[in-house]
Amino acid sequence: MNQNILTIIIQLAYLVASVLFIVGIKMLGKTHTAREGNIYSAVAMFIAIVATLLVQEVLSYTEIFVTILIGSAVGTYVAKKVEMTQMPEMVGLFNGFGGLASVLVATSEYWRMAHDANIAMPVITGVTVVLSVIIGAVTFTGSMVAYGKLAGKINGNAITFSGQHPLNAILFLIMLVASIFLVLDPNNDIYMIAVLAIGLLLGILTVIPIGGADMPVVISLLNSYSGVAACFTGFVLNNQVLIIAGALVGASGIILTQIMCKAMNRSLVSVLLGGFGQGGSSA
Amino acid sequence: MSIENLIVLLYVLVLASYVGFELIAKVPPTLHTPLMSGSNAISGITIVGAIICAGPLPGEFPLSKILGMVALFFATLNVVGGYVVTDRMLQMFKKKK
Repeated sequence: MNQNILTIIIQLAYLVASVLFIVGIKMLGKTHTAREGNIYSAVAMFIAIVATLLVQEVLSYTEIFVTILIGSAVGTYVAKKVEMTQMPEMVGLFNGFGGLASVLVATSEYWRMAHDANIAMPVITGVTVVLSVIIGAVTFTGSMVAYGKLAGKINGNAITFSGQHPLNAILFLIMLVASIFLVLDPNNDIYMIAVLAIGLLLGILTVIPIGGADMPVVISLLNSYSGVAACFTGFVLNNQVLIIAGALVGASGIILTQIMCKAMNRSLVSVLLGGFGQGGSSA
Repeated sequence: MSIENLIVLLYVLVLASYVGFELIAKVPPTLHTPLMSGSNAISGITIVGAIICAGPLPGEFPLSKILGMVALFFATLNVVGGYVVTDRMLQMFKKKK
């Protein structure tokens, strides 16, 4: 009885948060309401977090509060200190952390299910774990490269080498095969490690050939990816608010990326294929 | 997860994606970066997943718990940093106007 009421409260809170996220994004798109929109969305996030703390399995409050406190302090400090001109790379950095978090969540849940003798991992869970790990990993390393390029920590030019596209294609195929094996035989960690490692590598390899001038578009696209990754972790954990907020970011991020491309007079495909510095011919 | 449950979640996914597509239209170029930053903060929603993974006592699967705690740290950075950065951008925006 008590447990049921708690579940209903949590679900209703998730519903309120989802609506506030939608209203927030809508308001962010208009000049005079943008700042309030951001606050709406922050309130939505707060509600979602508080509701999740009520979940029955959540027991270790001290560790969770301490971790959130440290994360908030570091996040606020960095966000306040950064110069206005460095904003896009800051967004890239934070976005990468979001992708990393999705990878870790999916891996954590995978580990629990793969090593619990009493549970056979359902195919759906296997598929969604693989998807969130791959997309999250690409988001993480891709965003780190984008951040490095904008911050001048690595060469901002388009870095291309011969055989780049075939190499990516081969890695992608290996990752695909490992993913299928993982879904069929989820208790075998080696496939998981392979999928994770190649995902991380592909994030680097796909962003490295893109020039620094195109980085804002790339960050916008990776932002969309991090939404999709969060959305799939929602399927892994059977959690609606993750799916809704993730899908919102995933879909609106893709549209925004397209709009940004148009504003810069470029096509999304050519940005993705990279090598813009070389007059459009790549590899 | 049961099939019925999966279907419901797929409904949620499709409808939320549709709303996401529809939300972004006629956004003035000056708002592109703040909007990207704001939705980046929202993608930090994975913090909810991190709390669920970090929540249980270590028990039989300490690695799951550790991964959850690390995820929680990075997700918090994403959420808090994302919102503060977005707010700073929009604050600038208002002063200019």
